[in-house]
Amino acid sequence: MSAVLRLCLSLLLGLVLAGRAWAIDPLPFADADQETRFRALVAELRCLQCQNQNLADSDAQIAKDLRREIFDQIAAGRSDDEIVAFLVDRYGEFVRYRPPLNANTLLLWLGPALILLGGLVAVGIHLRRRRQTATSSAKPAPTDDEHDW
Amino acid sequence: MNWRLALPLLLFVALGVLLFSGLGKDPKLIPSPLVGKPAPAFAIENLRDPDARVDSAQLRGQPYLLNVFASWCAACRIEHPVLEAYARQGKVRLIGLNYKDRREDAIAWLQRFGDPYEAVAWDIDGRVGLDYGVYGAPETFVVDAQGIIRYKHVGPVSPDVMEQTILPLLAGGGS
Repeated sequence: MSAVLRLCLSLLLGLVLAGRAWAIDPLPFADADQETRFRALVAELRCLQCQNQNLADSDAQIAKDLRREIFDQIAAGRSDDEIVAFLVDRYGEFVRYRPPLNANTLLLWLGPALILLGGLVAVGIHLRRRRQTATSSAKPAPTDDEHDW
Repeated sequence: MNWRLALPLLLFVALGVLLFSGLGKDPKLIPSPLVGKPAPAFAIENLRDPDARVDSAQLRGQPYLLNVFASWCAACRIEHPVLEAYARQGKVRLIGLNYKDRREDAIAWLQRFGDPYEAVAWDIDGRVGLDYGVYGAPETFVVDAQGIIRYKHVGPVSPDVMEQTILPLLAGGGS
């Protein structure tokens, strides 16, 4: 019984390890610089098939193909910008995890800052009003604010 | 009544509308940057005849559908009867791009399910697919008579897609 269990477990472990070995696909880099560039690129580019993973993490076939393509282009001496442009021409801006700043992405880039600014303004107005009511609290007449809220 | 009381409610409703409008959208659909641009050129082996080539330059003159398919692709079987029916009726000109497939598998698949393609290019390593921004079969491109990509459909082509999108494009941009 335990022998069967042990066999099953080791088979399972073997499967898991085999999966890992595939996902890594070792590549013959010419030097450490090429490997660094490769790692940076595959971390910044999105897998089209499983959209919330980058090319480095994804095990999808298209991600493997694109990793191979990026490796080939690095080996051929293309610059990072050229490689990204090559992929954007074919797959669109969507492949980039870091979209460029343009008219379409303005809200995406500035949105968080705008919301933060709006929050700061609201807090500022609130604080100023509270200070005003505090200094004028000696007077009996309450503002209509207090009635409403 | 102070108007500021209504502000949180208004914000909530606006957010609700925004989020609700996103519900019906399919995040899998990525707009292709190739629409409106010339179809990438290719000249690769003919699936049916290893000695012949399918050359994209020779396909021009009449609009056509470039259908990316593979024998390993389950969804391709769903759209295949639709493509076949329209091709047999002469309503569309159908060119196949057999994507990352083994030749014998692809030929057996076509024998089993029918072969409505005018020509089938054999993209064994997916190089042509890469140029077309293919990220999964099936995908279908509408290419006009001048060789410009007019539309890209990702996923199986349904009769609705054919009638409402593809045929009007072929009729409008054709000849």
